[in-house]
Formats: sequence, C-alpha cells, structure tokens
Amino acid sequence: MANTPDYSWPPEDKRKVIGTSPQRLDGPQKSSGRAKYSSDMNPKGMLFGLYLTSPYAYARLKSIDTGEAERSPGVRAVHVAAKAGTEMPWQGFEIAAVAADTEEQARDAVRKIKVEYEVLPHLVKDDDLAKAGTRARQGGETVTGDPDQAMKDAEVVSEGQYGFAVVTHCCLEPHGQVVQWVPGNDPSGANDHVTVWPSTQNVSGYAGSLGTNIKVPATNIKVRMDYIGGGFGSKFTPDAWGVVGANLSKQAGGRPVKLYLERSTELMIAGNRPSAYGKITVAGKKDGTITAWTYQGWGSGGFTPVPPPDQPYIFTRVPNSRRNRTGIALNGGSQRAWRAPGNQAASFLTCCAIEDFAHKAGKDPLEVFKLNAQYAPEARVDTYRFQLDKAAELAEWKTLWHPRGEGGGGTVKRGMGIGVAAWNGLGHASQCRAVINTDGSVSIEIDSQDLGTGTKTIITQVAAETFGLALNQVKLVIGNNDLPPDGGSGGSTTVGGVSTSTRKATVNALDKLFAAVAPDLGATPDQLEAVDAHIRVKGSPNKSLTWVAACRKLTSSISEMGTYNGRQQDTAGLATGGAAGAQIADVSVDTETGIVKMNRYVAVQDCGMVINPRLAESQVYGAVIMGISTALFEERIMDQETGKYLNPDMEFYKLAGIADIGNIVVHMDIRPENDKRGVIGLGEPPAVPICAAVSNAVANAIGVRVPQIPLTPDRVLAALERRNA
Amino acid sequence: MQAFEYANPNTLQEATGLLGAQWGDAGVLAGGTDLLSLMKENLHTPKRVVNIKNIKELEGIHRSGGGLRIGALVTIDELAKSHEAPRSLVEAAEYIPSPQIRHMGTVGGDLCQRPRCWYYRQGMGLLAMKDGKSLVPGGENRYHAIFGEGPAYFVSASSLGPALVTLGARVKLVSAKGSREVPVASFFVAPADENSRETVLRPDEILTEIIVPNTTMKTATYEVRQKEALDWPLAAASVALTMSGNKVTAAKVVLGHVAPTPHVATAAEEALKGQSVTEATAESAGKAAVEGARPLSQNAYKVTLAKVAVKRALLGAVKA
Repeated sequence: MANTPDYSWPPEDKRKVIGTSPQRLDGPQKSSGRAKYSSDMNPKGMLFGLYLTSPYAYARLKSIDTGEAERSPGVRAVHVAAKAGTEMPWQGFEIAAVAADTEEQARDAVRKIKVEYEVLPHLVKDDDLAKAGTRARQGGETVTGDPDQAMKDAEVVSEGQYGFAVVTHCCLEPHGQVVQWVPGNDPSGANDHVTVWPSTQNVSGYAGSLGTNIKVPATNIKVRMDYIGGGFGSKFTPDAWGVVGANLSKQAGGRPVKLYLERSTELMIAGNRPSAYGKITVAGKKDGTITAWTYQGWGSGGFTPVPPPDQPYIFTRVPNSRRNRTGIALNGGSQRAWRAPGNQAASFLTCCAIEDFAHKAGKDPLEVFKLNAQYAPEARVDTYRFQLDKAAELAEWKTLWHPRGEGGGGTVKRGMGIGVAAWNGLGHASQCRAVINTDGSVSIEIDSQDLGTGTKTIITQVAAETFGLALNQVKLVIGNNDLPPDGGSGGSTTVGGVSTSTRKATVNALDKLFAAVAPDLGATPDQLEAVDAHIRVKGSPNKSLTWVAACRKLTSSISEMGTYNGRQQDTAGLATGGAAGAQIADVSVDTETGIVKMNRYVAVQDCGMVINPRLAESQVYGAVIMGISTALFEERIMDQETGKYLNPDMEFYKLAGIADIGNIVVHMDIRPENDKRGVIGLGEPPAVPICAAVSNAVANAIGVRVPQIPLTPDRVLAALERRNA
Repeated sequence: MQAFEYANPNTLQEATGLLGAQWGDAGVLAGGTDLLSLMKENLHTPKRVVNIKNIKELEGIHRSGGGLRIGALVTIDELAKSHEAPRSLVEAAEYIPSPQIRHMGTVGGDLCQRPRCWYYRQGMGLLAMKDGKSLVPGGENRYHAIFGEGPAYFVSASSLGPALVTLGARVKLVSAKGSREVPVASFFVAPADENSRETVLRPDEILTEIIVPNTTMKTATYEVRQKEALDWPLAAASVALTMSGNKVTAAKVVLGHVAPTPHVATAAEEALKGQSVTEATAESAGKAAVEGARPLSQNAYKVTLAKVAVKRALLGAVKA
C-alpha cells in the first residue's frame, strides 16, 4: 500500500453509525431467554459437579475419607482439593468435588465425604483496629510536606472516621464452567482435547491459563462463551474450579462436567470488595482551601492483609499530608477487583472528609470541591470544575441544597451530597480480523467478550461505520478462542481495545476493496469512499458501485487484521485514557425510622468519544444502581463467635430493587474537547463515587455524619441519637 | 436436599393421611417459598412432600355466618386484592414484597413459615445454642427480638399474624383424627427448647383456613422495611380500634417482627382507651407499646421502629 492508512475516526459531522444509539444487538436474545449463558449449556452425557467446602472460618484438615462418596450411586469422579494438613483460612475453602450423573446424586455423595477438622482461632471482623492484634500489618507511613506545621497554621480543622463494609460481587451467574476433557493416546497430554464453556471476563486468556494448570497445550483447548451473567472484576482466570472441573471430566472418562459454585460458596470465595476504614483530619483555610491531610487507614481484603487505598483521592497534590495504612488478615475469602477496585473506598474516604471540612468551614461543599480541584491532576482540573457545575445544574443544587441539618421541619429530611471519580480506561491490546466476502457479506472476528456492557453492539457499529453499511450487514463473532486474541474485560479497557483493532482491521480491509474496484470506477483507491452501502468516487456520487457489486469484482475474499498493542502512543489517535466524573445524590431520610430513600441521582461522566450514547448511559445507570445498592444495603455480615458468614444468600445479602434506586439522571460529557480524545473505557468510573455522594447527602439531610456504609436504619438512628444527646 | 417421596392428594382427607407423627415424616407444600429453601439447605429433610395445591376446599375467601373464611391456599396477592378482608389484613398482605412471593406464597404458608433468623438458616439450630448458651445475645442480632427473655431470640416471620391477632381470628388445624380451631393469638408460641416449634401446629396437621370474625373496628397495619424490593420487615404494627364517635373504647395493638411471636402490646391498648387518636396519643401509645422491651446488643433501634410503627398504624386506622 502506498500510504499509511488513515485510521482516524470520521469527523463528527460525517459519522453515520458511530454516535448513534441503536439498541443493544443481543437485547432480544437476552430478554426472551434465548441467549444461552455458559451455565445453560447441557452437552450430551454431562455430569453434575459439586464442591464440599470448609464450614469453619479457620481450620486445618486432619483427615479426609472419600470412600463412601466414591461408592455412592451415580458418582463418576471424586477429586480431593485439600489434602490432610491443609490450612483452610476461610469458610467455603474448597476441600473436594464430586461429579455424578444427576445433581441429586452429587449432593448425596458430597454429604458422604468424611472430614476431620482441627479448628483454629479466627478473626472475622475488622471494624475496630484495636481488636486486630497480631493480625494487623502496618504498611508504613508516608509524609508529604510538613503536615504538623500546616495543622498548626490551619484556620479550620475537621476530623472524622469513616467505614466501608466488605461487599461481594454477587454475579447472577455464579463462577464456574462446563468442561470436557477427552484424554488422548499420548501420556504427555499432547493428544488430549478440552472444550470449555466458562463464565469468564477473559476468553482469550483462558486456554493458556487452564492449559498450564492441566498440562494440555492451549492449542488443544477450545473456549466458547456467548454470554456471561456478570463479572465485575471477579472472573479473569479459570480459577481452581476450572482445573478441578477439568480433572473430574478426565477422571470420568471424558464426560462433560458442569461445576458452578453454589450461591453461598459464590459469596464466600469468589471475591469481594475489601473493607476500608479511615480516621482523617483535614485542615485548611476559612475560604475552604485544603492545606493538610492526615490519614490513618485500615481494612481487609481477606487472609492476605491488603491495606486500604492511599489518600487523598484525586486531590493528590494537597501539599502537606501524613498517611498510615494497615492491612488486617481476616478469615474471609480473598478480595478481587470489584468495578474500579480501590477507587470507591478512596473516593468515599476523601469525599466524606472534604464534605465534613466544608461544613466545618461553613462553606458550600460544591464550592469547596471546585476550589480544591486545583489539587487534581493538572489535565483534569477544569474538567472537574465543569462537571461539578454541570452536575449541580442537573441536580438543582442552587435551589435544593441547604447547609447541613437544615433539611426542613418535618420528620423526613432532604439532603444532597457530592462525589467524584477518576479512571484510566485506555484500551487493552487487541486483534481483529475483518473479512469481506465476494458475495458482499462481511464478518468481524475477535476473541473478546460482552459482559453486558454492549461490546457486541459497539464493535458492529465501528465496522458498519467504516464500511458504510447497516448494522445488520455486519456479522460479528466473539467469545471463541479460535479467533484473533483480545484482552480480558477489566479496567474498562475493552471498548478502547476492540474499537481500535476493529477500526484498523476494517480500514485495512476496505483499502483492499478500494484497490480492487478503483479501475472499474476510473479512479485511484484514495479517491474512493464507502457510504450508504456503496463504493463511490468522492465528490462524484454518480460514479459508484453498490457494496455487493463491488465485492463481486473480488477474485477472492479479503481478510485483513487490525492490531493494537495497548500502548497509548500506538492508538493512532483512536483511544486514550483518563476519564473523570462528578455525581450528586439527592436523598430523603425518615428521621423516625432511619430509612434513606433515593430521590434523584445525577451522574456526569466523560469517556472521550462515545460510540453509542444509549449504551454509554446504560453503563452509567448500571454503575449507579450497583453503587446505590452498596451505599444503602450490601454488607458481608460475619459472626465473630462462630466465624460464620451469616448472609451468604440473596435474602439477607441485600441488593437494591428497582423501587429502591430513585430517578437516575445521566449526562455524558461529550464536549468536542472530549470527543477528539478518542475512545475511553466507561464500565468502572461511574461506579466510583456513589457511597461518597450518598453518605454526604445523608449527612447534609440529618445534620450529622453516619460514619459507616451501608447506611442502614440502625446506623442512621444511632447517628441521630448521638447528635441529639 | 434429600430424596423424598412426592404425593399429590386431591382431598384433605387423603392429604392428612399422608402426614406422620414426626416432623421428618412429611412436609406440606403449598407455595413452596419457604419449604423449598428449607429443604435445599437440609434444614428440613422430610421423607415425603405432600403437595396440597390440588385440594380445592383450601382455596378462596368466603363469607359465612360469623365471618370470613380464608382458605390456606389463598395467595398473598389474592388477599391483597380482597374487598372482603379487613383493611389491616389487606395492608399486611400488600406490604409483603416481591410479586413472585405474593403470587406463589399463601396465607397458610405465611403463618407456618419458619423463622428467618440467620443462625437458624445457616444450620446452627432454631435457638442457635452453643455450649448451652444462645449465640444471639452476644452475636449478630440486628434483626432479632427486642421482647422476651430467651432462649428464643428469633422474630416471628409472619406478616399476617399481628393483624389476625388484633382481629381475634382463629385458624383451623386438621389431622386424620379430627380438627381443632385455635385463636391465632395462641397459635404462635416461643419455643423453650431446641426440639420445640414456634407454633402449636403438630406434624400430623394441616392448617386449612383462617376464620376472621366480622368486624366494624377501624384497623390498619404499618410495616417498617428498609428496602422496597424483597426484604424482611424490621418492625410492624397492626391495630384494631373499637370506636365510639372519635373515642377509642377498646384497642388491639400487636407488634410484628419484634419477638418470637406476634407481640400483644397490652400497655398501648390500655393507654388508648377513652382517647381520640391524635399525633400525641398515637405517640404515647407507641411508647407504651415498647414498655418492657429488652433490646440486645445491636437492635435497640428496633424499639424506636416499633414505636413508630404503632404510631403510624394508629394514625392510619383513623384516617378516612
């Protein structure tokens, strides 16, 4: 090709498909129940797999006897995961698994496994650092500037303590897979063949990881996934159950095995968002300028102590600070990335502390957030100020906001609060193949996955835009590891990755088509354009061929790759990172019952160029709903006496319902200066500030900080009592 | 879940003949909203499941003689839409969240469901005893009882029970040997030991209907629940007022979800006599209703909620 192709996005006024809002392409499949999730797969001869897990918060396995289970009717395989001597530092720890002809037989067999435990002393609560004892691991102190002097010089000092409970991902489709491992005739495993239908956020990374663990070459592992019922950061690897499921299948002579976690086990071991607690002092001037910040933080992400995130969030250029962080080793399942890991806790602690400081200074928190946006990363200072103003406008802040505690005379008090978010969201490395066939049909092939975010629709829109075709003229194939590899869908990296590789692949393929038909149109390839299912000469719309007629001139199909390595400098301007968001919660609190109701929730979010505004808004709605649920309801409740997880179910692990979320107002910040930055991921940033905004709104309503999230009636009433005492 | 025999009787006589003398002999399946989860968790492992949904005589709401006969199979949704049932009972049904539960769950099941205590549901026994002591008072008791002295600290899960007690309703319990009628007020009991139950229903009996006497009382129910979506109440109150003009001559005030049984608030009933219902008298009645409350380490807030529920139920009852 003579010239480097021009991959850049068409200018806004030339876009036909990008920037429009078709409904998600798989919506009818999903809403009608025709979509088959991996857990819906029931291949012929499938066995039902089931785990036996530890009932104790901390125990050592003394002995295990699977004899009776192995002899139990219908049992085809038993796998011991924890041998004698294994320390099992949380409830739900995997001990053994069985595969049987039916679910009932598997359940009967699991109950016949005999295990002796040596129960060890446990710690399952972390809200009080003083009670953590030797389980606390100091993470060291970080000092910036001269915090002691700055505290002395301060005109306003505000102190607070804030806490944020462990919550779980609660994916509606639990972790697991259907897997079939057919042994071959070579003991090395070289002829073994594995087919797996996992519930994963990383289809293309799955085979390599599973293959390493089961010693079968990834080339012999077929991974297929059409739909996934939620991941949120918890489903990146095959996990132990992928390996165990495969082993059960092999033991059973190659029959497929369905091994999914039970709901309770899912909530115990399949990941959680760690807790975070912080004692924070904010000091500054009467005008609301922050000059110093001290932070003693602690929290737990499970048995391996992980300290809570650093402070302050976003406002990282506060000149003076002292920060201490401690991780606590708890006897609970391990943390996993939870939709913007670390950022929610960080935003919660920071934004609550700023709101308390604004109150102490007697200032409108909106102005205090805007003023201190000077401490945000330089490139985002103006963005935050713009977004805070936009959110305030949509939330009617100037009309509805009142100083703390002046929420009206009745028993129901209204209040408003602010939270802010940051996220990178640069696309991951991605490869796409675009195929143009001689009959005019078009396929896009990419081993990505659609987590429910709309990835399928987005890829199709990008291809349709390049080719000048309608969406239904583009066939998309994803979720299949025979296709060119994409990355895992985490870190909000998918849209940047797939849109970049798809754009490149489709531009490359179109250039080939232009070269093939240019002589017929009496033009050079660079004079051609693809518009409205025609290939035509720019400026001479009469000199054109229909898309199909043009493709018929090909002697063979075109198959072109588009590759992107995930580096900012190699995006060809198509994608970037660095998103910002500002949100405002508007709540009513019944001061007699402590029940918080959402009135309105405003989310202003930028994500660069928006491919499908409807789906972008939908992402923000989903994030806000999930966030409201954690702010008001969700909490892992542990019993210190027994070490038991008391609510590993959907009954007392409370999730928000549709009537609990109020009116959500989404504003995508798609100003031209954001559009020209290219595509930025969006799944996570809008999920960041909700606990902060809701907690601030409740404090504003009732006149006192409720220190602990979720904001349950007992906590709200207790805070009111302390205020009235 | 353990393997079980499934029986599909068409008559009450057949059904009662399929029950046994022990709880483990049979489980009665109506809406199944509780039975199935109990069985899945192996908290209840009946040898036989007796489906009573084909027994026509257990359906429907009928007016007869002294009152209303509500068949045990009437769904929560049917009761919530009833024009015949007293207001407090309709309101109690309306509060029960989730369309699925309202459409599958039955009134008989509401009264017979097992406690929702998480110690019980996690397999630690009805009274959550460890080394002869209940785990609840020193444990996670935010949703537990604020009345009673143990050893039962769970709360009655019934949403209809409090209203039925205020209305003087009775339940009919039928076994192969005969039938008996029991006032709802004495249907619920606080078990004294792990082998006892929270109702007087025997393993060989089926609750077949609820008999609600005709009433001219002003009634209402108010429930405090955190979520609008599926969630259990934190506290509830049902009231029934006999009025002379705007004065209360007799009052029934019963709290729900605060004790192992619906809790009759006698002091509140006394406090209301001779009063008209105003914000102030309703508030005083609420205070009287929680006299004698003994909150546990985490649930003092439920005392506040019970007070508020009584106040709001009373004000609701006298509102046109």
